[in-house]
Amino acid sequence: MPKEHLIQQVSLFSENKPGKLAAFAKAMEDEGIDILAFSIAEAEGFGVIRALVSQPEKACKKLSSMGFMVRTTDVLGVRMKDRPGGLREVADILGEAGINIDYSYAFSGRHGAVLVLRVDRPKDAAKIFMDKGLDLLREKDL
Amino acid sequence: MDYWSPRIETMPVQDLKDLQYKLLKTLTYKLYSFSDFYHARMKEAKVHPDDIRSLDDVVKLPFMKKSDLRDNYPDKLFVTAREDVVRFHASSGTTGKPTVVGYTQHDLDAWSTSLARALTSCGLGRGDTIQVSYGYGLFTGGLGLHYGAERIGAAVLPASVGNTERQIDLMVDMNVTAIACTPSYLLHMGEVAEKMGINFGKDTKLRRAILGAEPWTERMRTRIEENLGIKAYDIFGTSELSGPLFTECAEQKGIHVWGDLALTEILDPDTHETVAPGEKGELVVTMLQKEALPMIRYRVGDVTTLHEDVCSCGRTSPRIGRIQGRVDDMLIIRGINVFPSQIEHTLMSIPEVGQHFMIEVDRKGELDDLLVRVELKREYFSDKIDDLMKIKRKVAHALRSSLNVAVEVELANPDSLPRFEGKAKRVIDRRQM
Repeated sequence: MPKEHLIQQVSLFSENKPGKLAAFAKAMEDEGIDILAFSIAEAEGFGVIRALVSQPEKACKKLSSMGFMVRTTDVLGVRMKDRPGGLREVADILGEAGINIDYSYAFSGRHGAVLVLRVDRPKDAAKIFMDKGLDLLREKDL
Repeated sequence: MDYWSPRIETMPVQDLKDLQYKLLKTLTYKLYSFSDFYHARMKEAKVHPDDIRSLDDVVKLPFMKKSDLRDNYPDKLFVTAREDVVRFHASSGTTGKPTVVGYTQHDLDAWSTSLARALTSCGLGRGDTIQVSYGYGLFTGGLGLHYGAERIGAAVLPASVGNTERQIDLMVDMNVTAIACTPSYLLHMGEVAEKMGINFGKDTKLRRAILGAEPWTERMRTRIEENLGIKAYDIFGTSELSGPLFTECAEQKGIHVWGDLALTEILDPDTHETVAPGEKGELVVTMLQKEALPMIRYRVGDVTTLHEDVCSCGRTSPRIGRIQGRVDDMLIIRGINVFPSQIEHTLMSIPEVGQHFMIEVDRKGELDDLLVRVELKREYFSDKIDDLMKIKRKVAHALRSSLNVAVEVELANPDSLPRFEGKAKRVIDRRQM
């Protein structure tokens, strides 16, 4: 299974303090890194910012140097049909294959509607999606 | 005026001092002869029992500290034979290990007698029903008050801590006349009672409260007395000295420290010189009659004042004022002693977090909240909230079981918490009393 179908998401730890998102956004701006999508997961007293960016490794380096706790995670970007039933189709495939979703978020942009997924068996999931004829984002698409 | 031990409580001051001197002299001979620890300590301090020629010579004797109990864990400082010990209690130590204290039957009797005198001086006795809402168990508060209250012939409701609504129901149904608990817990009960539609003044027979095990102020006393329509009395003690031992009398002019049981000094914490009468300083107590675990010049760590004038109640024992603070960094959270060093010790055993931490204490409503901020280590950062919550809960659980008090944990970025050179200031205490 080619690894190129897994894309690198940048995840960073964020204390629940004002200005954390702004600091992240400014760092990306300064480095000329494009943010395609992001989500914030919040818990008691802290959060995790997850983002798809144009140059994940450069982004990580920059954020680390600023003192952020940051890592990259393999996620899948599944192109959905941008019409009713698009999400159901993707969800059904995962459900039938018994693959568990850790988290997901969606965005709509120049690639159409994309569902970003972190799942417990990413390589299996990528293969199944492609067998079913769905298109996955690749690193070069970022 | 009722006294429990009239002869001792109203003994002329000079006679009381003579009695204290005799007891001190006997104690030093006994320990010099029978305790390896005290023998070595006295040798080290170049003092022999023969050098104790007056009560003032107590200053020649070496100090004892909490760390001496820790270093001699669990019972190496006990002087009596193990089979003469009839009770143990334990309290939190400055590191992970608790400190253990032991009692002979005579020690328990003296403890109960001390509280019997104290409770009598607050106007309690037969016919009273006393709700003991201090923790029962290894903590000395519950059982100490329990036996003291039984000694004076009062009925005891051993409610311990928690389940506040049931405590209030029982207080109403059993016609409780007095309660012993921490001042913040009583205020909390007052709030809960109000929500239950119960008015302390009208719906209960509660008239007196014996409050302590945590610092409180005259302002809190006024609030408690006015809000609840009762009289509130300050109590003092610590497990190393037996447990809760001494209270104010009905005059509320300081805590009577019975002279036949304890010798009190107030010292400058730096020079160890006795401060001028009425000046504040570090409280140092010698227990004159303790058998199993004697305490000579124990540095309790509390800051207070000493008053030796005879009280208007007729009692001649010296009194100590309110505890005004600590000489060390010990915190009292919901009546439980917490040392920052215990937190450090616990964090060292958890690989996911670093050893730097900050403590923030707040009082939400009437109860204390303890927040510990710790740094998550980079290699344990996960983008899954679940993984991070697991770490947070693990730290909270470990701290809870070592401190015996509920802890809120906050994860922080590595290298984000303050570093200290020299004395660390890890505690932010926002409680206003």
